[in-house]
Amino acid sequence: MRFRWVWLLGLSCLLSASLARAQLSIEITGGGEQRTPIAIVPFAGEAALAPSITSIVRADLERSGLFRGLELPPISPAPTEASSINYSEWRSRLADALVVGSVAKRADGRFEVRFRLFDVVKQTPLGGIAYTLSKDQARATAHRIADFVYEKLTGDRGVFSTRIAYVVKRGNRYELQIADADGAGAETALASFEPIISPAWSPDGRRLAYVSFENKKPVVYVHSLLDGKRHVAANFRGSNSAPAWSPDGRTLAVTLSREGGSQLFLMNADGSGVRRVTSSPAIDTEPRYSPDGRWIYFTSDRGGTPQIYRMASKGGEAQRVTFEGSYNVSPRISPDGSKLAYITRNSGKFQVALLDLTNQQTQVITDSERDESPSFAPNGRMILLATVLGGRGVLSAVSADGRFKQRLSAATGGDVREPAWGPFIE
Amino acid sequence: MRANLTSLFTAVAAAAMIAGCAATSEGDTPAPVTGPGGGSKPGAVTTSPVKPVDVTGTAGSPEADPRVKQGPLAQRSIYYDLDKFDVKDEYRGMVESHAKYLRDNPPARMLIQGNTDERGSREYNVGLGQRRADGVKRMLVLLGARDNQIESVSLGEEKPQAEGSNEQAWSKNRRSDMLYSGEF
Repeated sequence: MRFRWVWLLGLSCLLSASLARAQLSIEITGGGEQRTPIAIVPFAGEAALAPSITSIVRADLERSGLFRGLELPPISPAPTEASSINYSEWRSRLADALVVGSVAKRADGRFEVRFRLFDVVKQTPLGGIAYTLSKDQARATAHRIADFVYEKLTGDRGVFSTRIAYVVKRGNRYELQIADADGAGAETALASFEPIISPAWSPDGRRLAYVSFENKKPVVYVHSLLDGKRHVAANFRGSNSAPAWSPDGRTLAVTLSREGGSQLFLMNADGSGVRRVTSSPAIDTEPRYSPDGRWIYFTSDRGGTPQIYRMASKGGEAQRVTFEGSYNVSPRISPDGSKLAYITRNSGKFQVALLDLTNQQTQVITDSERDESPSFAPNGRMILLATVLGGRGVLSAVSADGRFKQRLSAATGGDVREPAWGPFIE
Repeated sequence: MRANLTSLFTAVAAAAMIAGCAATSEGDTPAPVTGPGGGSKPGAVTTSPVKPVDVTGTAGSPEADPRVKQGPLAQRSIYYDLDKFDVKDEYRGMVESHAKYLRDNPPARMLIQGNTDERGSREYNVGLGQRRADGVKRMLVLLGARDNQIESVSLGEEKPQAEGSNEQAWSKNRRSDMLYSGEF
């Protein structure tokens, strides 16, 4: 029953431009049925840190759709991670799981946060962690605790410490922003008076590729998040767009019109070593690597209407992957490689569909009308997408089984679009 | 097919050259330039006016200047039906005027931006816009413009001319725009 000590490193200083002005607000719109009731007791002493650790842990777990935080009466004396647990007492409060903890201020001005997790049903402790952190790391610490709880209770890795990128348009101003997965702490990587589309995270989470129209035509940039430096990866004659990273982070697949039409090319991340990998008279675009790096899935209208195809990642013959409906675009492979998410047009409505690559079964998982740009969470459990609600561009998150939905909109107005969920940061 | 195009090109180019010559020399009287063998005493300094002849096209007639707001070259946009990228007959004359200008002004440069309405995938729409811009470029080159004078690019659905989610707005956004140097 030993604590693991974790020294939290300083949050990496993010970006060049101005700090958080905007934040995404989150609204949960669909309930998951099988939610685990969990008692998250406010940590002793947690008022010393703002925001409160347990409020973030609870919000994270509820946002996953798999947990329901119990409303608890004040309990005296307040239990901490050092208390012995009366399981039947928690059972009578209808909890399946319990989190208790404490926050203490150290002499050097930093804080210690400790917690323990208990399985109330099986009456077993599931472990705990003690963190040492500075005040501005309270949020990050809470997300780590939520990740721990999520992983112990579901077996899947939590994504609460990950980040999302997206574009906000306000009037004629476009901003590429990066925020925590819960929408907090948004920072601007690029501000422009021309559109920005297709942000793509490098596998190590340190860079974003994107398409900017600041030169009156689409150009692919690679932007380093740590120092805000960016370089042009592709600005050939014609249009340059749809960047996608190979899983080893060394290659970018892009769509270029430099040889006519729109065809797929591969290049090194610095823009060198350009080689063409499709040769069709059609539009071939939206390349995406499979997680094992062996395949590139892409959108092509070589058969008459846009459908999804795949080919070996070094190029070669392509096989068609989608067969239902006349408009299937924006392929995204789940992190475990087993599912393909894409956008399908259904009686004029653009919706998110999932194709199980193991048994070819398809399922439409949204019922909205103007869905775009689906993006898997790195644990494959949620899909972030852009949609339009009440004439406004917002982000929506839906569980991969379609049962649970949330809406994320720009708190200070504007349209949000082009979401990309960032990777796990090791 | 190729022979037909070549002879068409030749005929159009020939017509253009004749017309071009007429345009640039309109209003100019070639000025006599006196030199050593030109009828003056050796050693004498003659100062005859030299009237400039400008073949860059910018000092030509107003019809030939794309920057003139009401001129024939002021028409810059071609509109399309849904899912289409061919240049409709009604725009043919417009494209011919621009082709002629490009032919007559080799240093001139054009950017064609293809656009789509807002429906569907943004990246697929970049591809569709490209198809539209390519179609216009192809026609211009067939009519005598040079390939290296024109760059065709796509703005996809990102720069609509009209806001709104209805066919009235969408029909204005399915278009190609022709821009000349200084405008991009």
